[in-house]
Amino acid sequence: MQYPPRAVLAALRAGMLDRVFESNTVWLCASCYSCTVRCPAGIPFTEVMYELKRLGIRKGLLNKRYSGIALAESFVDVVEKHGRSVDAELIRRFILRTHPFKIFSFMPLGWKMFRKGRVALRPRKIAGIANLRKMMAKMQKKEVTL
Amino acid sequence: MNATTTQPVYSYFPGCSLESSNRAYDISARNVARVLGLEMVELEDWNCCGATPYMAIDSRRSALLSARNLAIAEKQGRDIVTVCSSCYLVLQKTNHQLDENPSLRADVRDALQAGGMDYRGSVRIRHLLEIIVNGLGEESIGRHVVHPLNGLRVACYYGCQLTRPLGEVDDPEFPRLLDRLMQWIGATPVDFGMGTKCCGGILMTTQPEIGRELSGKLLKQARKAGADCICTICPLCQMNLEAYQGKISAWMGETCRLPVLYFTQILGAALGLNPAEIASKDSFIPLEPILACGGKHE
Repeated sequence: MQYPPRAVLAALRAGMLDRVFESNTVWLCASCYSCTVRCPAGIPFTEVMYELKRLGIRKGLLNKRYSGIALAESFVDVVEKHGRSVDAELIRRFILRTHPFKIFSFMPLGWKMFRKGRVALRPRKIAGIANLRKMMAKMQKKEVTL
Repeated sequence: MNATTTQPVYSYFPGCSLESSNRAYDISARNVARVLGLEMVELEDWNCCGATPYMAIDSRRSALLSARNLAIAEKQGRDIVTVCSSCYLVLQKTNHQLDENPSLRADVRDALQAGGMDYRGSVRIRHLLEIIVNGLGEESIGRHVVHPLNGLRVACYYGCQLTRPLGEVDDPEFPRLLDRLMQWIGATPVDFGMGTKCCGGILMTTQPEIGRELSGKLLKQARKAGADCICTICPLCQMNLEAYQGKISAWMGETCRLPVLYFTQILGAALGLNPAEIASKDSFIPLEPILACGGKHE
């Protein structure tokens, strides 16, 4: 992680968040919440990371070279389509969004999973998908400013 | 089920990964619950909780996704039980956010009502491990053990999101729930010092070199501590540690074939469930050799 938590907060105070956004820092946060439970000042730093992810995406400030953003966007697409996540479809969309040639590096594992019957071939949408979409449309985004 | 039981009926939330990739967790969890007399009815038409990626894009809609599930459970008057650490945390986090943030609560309820639902905040979120250990307890589990796994050395791996950040069911960094359960069924927890370190989660897909390093350290330490297997409570941890173990071994430059089981598979074996009932065939690294060990030592 190029900018550990204290450096991120220092960058925020110094008005230099652009450097953080340019680095892979926010996408290296896997939500393990270790920082949150250890912070002596009680700062829920994992939430700060989430806020930076959202802010960076909305303002187009994040470096697209790091694929965390592609994974998150693919996930949202799959859930909006089915109401649930479908692993195989998530990986397919993720690969198409990033490096289509990487499909080959995912194939051995995909085949292993398929042979075990662990790949959903015909994923079904939830019964209430139309209703869920109606609710989601009603839930408007709200701007958070830093 | 049985008329003398005082246990409540739970709404069971399997979560998306348990439908396909990690169905062994679903199968073994349902069977363990049946044997222990825990009544779990699958939450009707549940949807994705949003997991970690959704809230990285839109935290409000992520809360709404969870809230729809909570609303369905509330209508049934049941608490939710799940076995996925991520589902557990996301649903629980939504409960807290709705409780602490009145404007979010109002917006979420508005959106739910647009779909003919509502949520007032009465549903508790439980993890099956915690219900079994804290709710049922040693004596009750002991009565059901027919095949104690004596001598099985288990690296108890909690991962992140059951205990962090909330710490509601156990210590955030030094939990004991799983170690205790393993002792109750005759197994020996080994201290490998990495029980709550992160496996890398989704980084195994987005930043493989980092994911391999994090999961690799875990496997290495578990092996060094003399573990026969790793016991997990999270579908993504199991996936990273088992399905990627070959790749990780190659990257570490050493061969590692350590079975990685869901806690419901190990517990299930001790409760006398057959291989199909714990879906042991779904594993890439065979489970039979280690699960047979109980008999050997008897």
